[in-house]
Amino acid sequence: MTLLNPDADEHSAELARARRRRNRALLTLIGGIAAAIVLFEGFFMLRDSQAPKLVVALFAMIWGGGGMAILYLIANQLVEFTSSQWQRRLTPIVFVFPAIAFVVYFLALPAVRTFIASLFDRDGSNFVGLANYITVFTEPFMLTTFRNNVLWIVFGASFTIIFGLLVAALADRSKFENLAKAIIFMPMAISLVGAGVIWKFIYAVRDPSDVQIGLLNAIVVALGGEPQAWIAMLQPWNNLFLIVIVVWMQTGYAMVLFSAAIKSVSTDIIEAARVDGAGEFKIFFSIIIPSIMGTIVTVSATVIIFTLKIFDVVLVMTGGQYGTDVIATQFYNQYFVNRNFGLGSAIAIVLLLTVIPVMVYNLRQFNKREAL
Amino acid sequence: MAKSKGNPFPRLFVNVTLIVVCLLWLIPTLGLFVSSFRPRDEIMSSGWWSVLPHRVWVTTEQFTPDPSIDRAGVMTFEGATGTFEQLRQGIESPDGKRVVWIGNRRAGTVQVQEKQWSGMPATTLQNYHDVLAGKNVTIQGNAEEAARKGEDMSDAFINSMAVTFPAVVIPILMAAFAAYGFAWMRFPGRKLVFALMVALLVVPLQIALVPVLTDYVHLRLNGTYMSVWLAHTGFGLPLAVFLLYNYISTLPREIMEAAIVDGASHFKIFWRLVLPLSTPALASFAIFQFLWVWNDYLVALIFIGNVPGVQVLTMRLADMVGSRGSDWHLLTAGGFVSMLLPLIVFFSLQRYFVRGLTAGSVK
Repeated sequence: MTLLNPDADEHSAELARARRRRNRALLTLIGGIAAAIVLFEGFFMLRDSQAPKLVVALFAMIWGGGGMAILYLIANQLVEFTSSQWQRRLTPIVFVFPAIAFVVYFLALPAVRTFIASLFDRDGSNFVGLANYITVFTEPFMLTTFRNNVLWIVFGASFTIIFGLLVAALADRSKFENLAKAIIFMPMAISLVGAGVIWKFIYAVRDPSDVQIGLLNAIVVALGGEPQAWIAMLQPWNNLFLIVIVVWMQTGYAMVLFSAAIKSVSTDIIEAARVDGAGEFKIFFSIIIPSIMGTIVTVSATVIIFTLKIFDVVLVMTGGQYGTDVIATQFYNQYFVNRNFGLGSAIAIVLLLTVIPVMVYNLRQFNKREAL
Repeated sequence: MAKSKGNPFPRLFVNVTLIVVCLLWLIPTLGLFVSSFRPRDEIMSSGWWSVLPHRVWVTTEQFTPDPSIDRAGVMTFEGATGTFEQLRQGIESPDGKRVVWIGNRRAGTVQVQEKQWSGMPATTLQNYHDVLAGKNVTIQGNAEEAARKGEDMSDAFINSMAVTFPAVVIPILMAAFAAYGFAWMRFPGRKLVFALMVALLVVPLQIALVPVLTDYVHLRLNGTYMSVWLAHTGFGLPLAVFLLYNYISTLPREIMEAAIVDGASHFKIFWRLVLPLSTPALASFAIFQFLWVWNDYLVALIFIGNVPGVQVLTMRLADMVGSRGSDWHLLTAGGFVSMLLPLIVFFSLQRYFVRGLTAGSVK
């Protein structure tokens, strides 16, 4: 019970120490804020400077990367001024808070703000309730958009999975495994815009009297057919010619995951089945496929999410014309081209709603793992 | 029985199918690559596959036919017999030569052609010069000469570098700190906050574009490098935290505890111990984020917009598709310029990239 009756001198000395510590901490805090402001404002000076481009760019890289490291260092210094008890409380904040602040500001909060914007009219001045959502689900151009997204998901995902499985299963048994995988995998390194250029060249069409320089039309002409404008005509099948591009890019991803999964299937079971006289196709479909079902689900979910958000390919290839609009390009066109802010926001929210099942699935998986 | 010797599918079937699929996958890029080195006129007059050695008709002899020949009837040259109309199309003689009438009926000439292997195809670096140059370039057409502005892709290349490097470093740093915090610190709400991160993994960034752009306009940030760095940091963080958490939380507990016993602070443990130990995970996310940012079009399009001098490669290339849709000599070269760096990074660090993919297949 000595704590209740402390020596008065000791008590005041303790208080003075605490005050000094607080002042020092306050000073560092101000220093930290000043550093942040200098970093932020300095960036604009840098942007407006007349220095040669390369110098500005190099400096900006160091500025951006180094600036962030300095801010962490200052924050940590700040925390080390406090008592050990406060250090224990504050250190997690220094470590975790910046990342949380970023995702809240850049992902969580915008979802709410976009939702609010979706309840207002085209320039955000009048509250219209769910009118934008009614437009989204009834207008013919929106229904075409949804139909296209369904095409993307059905054909894009299934062909990616099939080709991914095929290549993974074959490469596993070939001597050229690494080379083949690298070739299939390579398109993943290319931007969707770049892939758009590659495939636009393949689909290129010219007047029937000219030489066809697009590979597909050259083949068609060589076989005695008429050159076609693949991505403009034949609606809605022109969408398939766009989907091919994404299958080409995503198969590598599916292949890598399937390949890793196939390699982990127990060879004992396969050998046993073989001894029992099971054919290779039977082994593949009744042993390997069920064993890697988990991976197939994961890959499907990832590919579906990717195709739901598809944007660059459509914008570069057709700009959404010829009935090829998808949700993401429709959002862009409504918001940034038609300047209909309410409708654009509503489309973005619909896009968010479509991924919620996957979000729930991810959370479940995560909880299951944490429980272990 | 070959089957029971552990050779599941017949080897021939496996390899042939594999080769066919690989060719299918390779040909599109190959077409772009080959075309980017072909002169403009060649690209427009023949498909890129014509650079492969093939047999073409080469004129070996040319003469003016005897004026006394009846040009309305059947004529014979070098063993090829036919009417004027047939000769115009070209007639193959029995000894493998082809005779073609060039020009009109009265004042034409006759060419005798033989099939020969095509020689080395013409190559040029002019296309690359034209897309990279920022100043005026001269274009030589068939007869006329014209000057116009180059595509200035070298400028866009620098912009892409300036955008990409910090947009990779900043999220890695933040995510590593956060992942360490989630894995090795105990604080209230830890699980809930981490669940938020996992939930945000699949949120489409489209919903964020408009609110963030509104704020950027207020802060005078739109059209700067920083706008894109911060946005890519925000959009990339959930995956980064998730991947790095998976790795950092499996580091051996004994090492951590030993360091704490020695009196090291969390900051010191993180900086001296965890970061160096996590290099593989950091590398795989770095590659992921590098490819993502370098190849991104949407985020750059919204936050950089039409501010001149800041545009990145993907924007430049997409603009070229719009404005020079049939100038394949420029598009192919430009396309290859935009994929050069990602392809180098990809092939040199493929191992880490694959590891990252298999560790966090959710984005």
